Amino acid sequence: MTFTILEFTVIVAIVSFVAGLLGSLTGLGGGVVLVPLLTTFFHVDIRYAIGASLVSVIATSSGAAASYVKEGFSNIRIGMFLEIATTFGALLGAFLATRIPTSALAIIFGAVLLYSAFLSRKPRTEAQRNLPPDLLATRLRLNGNFPDEEGLRYYNVQRVPAGFSLMFGAGALSGMLGIGSGAVKVLAMDQAMGIPFKVSTTTSNFMIGVTAAASAGIYLSRGYVDPGLSMPVMLGVLAGSLLGSRILVKAETKSLRLVFAAVILILGLQMLYKGIWGNI
Amino acid sequence: MPARQPKPFQPQPWRDRRIEIILGNLLRTGVLLSAAVVLCGACIYLARHAHEPTDYRVFRGEPSEYRTIPGVIQSVRNGRGRGLIQLGLLILIATPIARVVFSIVGFAIERDRMYVAFTLIVLAVLLYSLLGSGIGL
Repeated sequence: MTFTILEFTVIVAIVSFVAGLLGSLTGLGGGVVLVPLLTTFFHVDIRYAIGASLVSVIATSSGAAASYVKEGFSNIRIGMFLEIATTFGALLGAFLATRIPTSALAIIFGAVLLYSAFLSRKPRTEAQRNLPPDLLATRLRLNGNFPDEEGLRYYNVQRVPAGFSLMFGAGALSGMLGIGSGAVKVLAMDQAMGIPFKVSTTTSNFMIGVTAAASAGIYLSRGYVDPGLSMPVMLGVLAGSLLGSRILVKAETKSLRLVFAAVILILGLQMLYKGIWGNI
Repeated sequence: MPARQPKPFQPQPWRDRRIEIILGNLLRTGVLLSAAVVLCGACIYLARHAHEPTDYRVFRGEPSEYRTIPGVIQSVRNGRGRGLIQLGLLILIATPIARVVFSIVGFAIERDRMYVAFTLIVLAVLLYSLLGSGIGL
């Protein structure tokens, strides 16, 4: 079945709006479901889908930055230092994306989706408090503080090399798949580096836009960014995520997360299936 | 308990914060400007092509007028809706890059040479990716 341009634009804009809204409400990010949705239900070539998703990732990251900044949790030094890793990773990812077969892209995408679904069901372990300062982190001035219920809370960043390497991987996945790769960032910043959750979430939001910009130029110049497709995706996701950051439905978030995680799981299995059976 | 904390590096919080707020607003302005340009392009594009069929099944790659900065500018001059959409997307890509440039200024004001250097590395990677990809040709 083929859509006319008007029908296609309206339907894709609505789907992107819902994805952006759910992604922002659940904190799981909307970009991760867009590529599988576009390829599965709209039969869009995965390369066009990745290009459009990457653009929407920049929009949500930059759009949310102003409201995140007001909360005063983000650490611009951690962000800038780790951006060295993510931008180099994004270059590598964009380079690989143009060279590996689309079936391999689908399989990697499927694996990332399954991992994101798994991570979203795992109870969040808050970073340990009062860790001793790490020599490298101190030299790099990564330690910081943020306002807490009990006043200023100080934190000492741990295992810098491990976090830096993981962030390189996060950047590569972002550049290869056109996603924010929030799941890997959580692994790097929360688990490896012991950064408190509030700080890591807001800081990684800052980083996502810069990381995506590092590969977006390559995608655009290679002709992966189609204006007719990127337009409804970008506008829809942006509107959805801006709305999502305004309505705080705390009571609903738990069941919403469950539903969204189930959607991610199904889409992940589907991408794996399509990748393995060469159906993409 | 706070007294037992090791003395952490204090990056003059009020200054850092002011820079961050400026940066946050810069990013939001960039995104809203980009969205407005994309929306204008969308109106022209839809007014002209609403009833044509879509086909994204086969990857062909965009024509050069939508792949390079001069090509995009030329197609905007020709009044193409899709050219305007691409211009909006270029503004969007430029927003985080502008943030990195402003961060260099911020770290320089704080006389933090190490972070000026780090930020320059990030900017170099971004510019390499943009210019090296042939987008400026």
